[in-house]
Amino acid sequence: MPTVTVETVDHVARLAHLSLTAEERAAFARQLEQVLAYAESIQALDTTGVEPMSHAAARETFREDVVRASLPREEALAAAPDASDGLFRVPRVLGG
Amino acid sequence: MSGARPTAAEIARRVAARETSAEAVTREHLDRIARRDAGLDAFLTVTADRALAQARRVDAALAAGRAAGPLAGVPVAVKDLLDIEGIATTCGSRILEGYRPPFTATAVARLEAAGAIVIGKTNMDEFAMGSSTENSAYKVTRNPWDTARVPGGSSGGSAVAVSTGMAALALGTDTGGSIRQPAALCGVVGLKPTYGRVSRYGVVAFASSLDQVGPLGRTVEDVALAATAICGLDTADATSASVEVPDFRAALPTGAAGLRIGVPWSFLESGVDAGVMAAFRQALADLEAAGARVVEIALPHAPHAVATYYIVATAEASSNLARFDGVRYGLRVPAGDLRRMYGETRDRGFGAEVKRRIILGTFVLSAGYYDAYYLRAQQVRTLIRRDFEGAFRECDVVAMPTTPTPAFRLGEKTADPLQMYLEDIFTVPANLAGIPGLSLPGGFVGGLPVGLQLLGRPFDEATLLRIGYAYQQGTDHHKQEPPTTDSRG
Repeated sequence: MPTVTVETVDHVARLAHLSLTAEERAAFARQLEQVLAYAESIQALDTTGVEPMSHAAARETFREDVVRASLPREEALAAAPDASDGLFRVPRVLGG
Repeated sequence: MSGARPTAAEIARRVAARETSAEAVTREHLDRIARRDAGLDAFLTVTADRALAQARRVDAALAAGRAAGPLAGVPVAVKDLLDIEGIATTCGSRILEGYRPPFTATAVARLEAAGAIVIGKTNMDEFAMGSSTENSAYKVTRNPWDTARVPGGSSGGSAVAVSTGMAALALGTDTGGSIRQPAALCGVVGLKPTYGRVSRYGVVAFASSLDQVGPLGRTVEDVALAATAICGLDTADATSASVEVPDFRAALPTGAAGLRIGVPWSFLESGVDAGVMAAFRQALADLEAAGARVVEIALPHAPHAVATYYIVATAEASSNLARFDGVRYGLRVPAGDLRRMYGETRDRGFGAEVKRRIILGTFVLSAGYYDAYYLRAQQVRTLIRRDFEGAFRECDVVAMPTTPTPAFRLGEKTADPLQMYLEDIFTVPANLAGIPGLSLPGGFVGGLPVGLQLLGRPFDEATLLRIGYAYQQGTDHHKQEPPTTDSRG
């Protein structure tokens, strides 16, 4: 199984957009390694030719493709931390 | 009403007969919350004004001669990850503090259409991640049978509300046992329906291929009433199944005679508390006395279910929880640029268990590890489902304890995530396979309730409920009340 270091956690945290404290990084590295060690048991199973199961749904149910009213824009924006001119506002994206 | 904890069926019958009013019943339950919830902390929000207004509408409809719904006047508590328009949804998380959704979950709307009265939103592990309700950012819910112990989780607040009679029914969600495990530890009935049976519209997602909404109640009859109301196709959820919903209550008196109950004895060989096993053997004897036959079955891949579950569920969670980023709703921690705003908002807004699972889920999906962990777990999931398909050729339902131990102490497992995950050993297989599961009050160990779990074929909740009803006709575990410090309103 892979060795889980603080650097591993840092890499994953960047992918997940999480800023972590030093204590969290150390604890998560230790705990992630522990959980992966437990999960080693499934590595020993023979899964040759076994289809992966991504869903338990019997089948997808699609509705008729007809236009319906959607949430009014002002309601969709009502809970936003920052909005103006009918749009969500975010901090600077480029040039930081 | 008769007794401290009238059942939903009894309330609906008396309200429909105009022996009492929905408003009077609602006030009694709101009073009980006011007296009992301090020290138990089952509720995050009590929706008293809305509930009384709803109750008066039910009473007015009855007074005008309109037919009473099957849940007329029944007070219901709702886990705080099902949306109700205009009422805060927190998911037990700081990141959603102050969020008021602009829509109502289908399951809640259907209960209200049946005449039920939503009296509040219940505490839970943050984003339904946990087995003890200790992971809420707001409060720790306690087990009414022993307030030094956990109520189970993640639907702990819903289980406590029902157990104490603060609500006659509750809604929870079950991704890996979050309805059945707290139901077991609090001495109530909890049903996880088949995947696709209940719409997930308006339900905050944890792991989309596993999440299912279901009812908690004190009797099988009450749970059957609620299930009949909430199950069924909803085109707002593409995984909602177009399968006919029977009147679950009507089928209850059919009994358990002749049904085959499969027990995976080798799966139960180790790690189960001796008292829990003794209660389970007694429950099997009681089911045999009701005419059922116990047969041995095998679930050879079930010992791998916890490992499989914690890979699949965290992978899906890491994706679902990407939406909490400080842009559209909830918390935003200001920062100079977008990337730092995301990171700091999510670090401040999420609790430790949620971050731990996002890290694990992101890891198993990341380049170099996807095949070894996520893909392999999905293959093992297929093997677990095949185990059940094989078992259901030899039996009608599978029985096992709901949990390996009675309620554990507050704080006992919080420092060791893996120990907490292993608490789910008997509940996660049903979620992975997508099949229905029912937990029933199945006896007591050292004064604490334990659960008898029945698992069924896809869309065969009716057989689970039939057997559960027969079991409750011959036992009185579900009639035991937790100790109170109030005057038993």
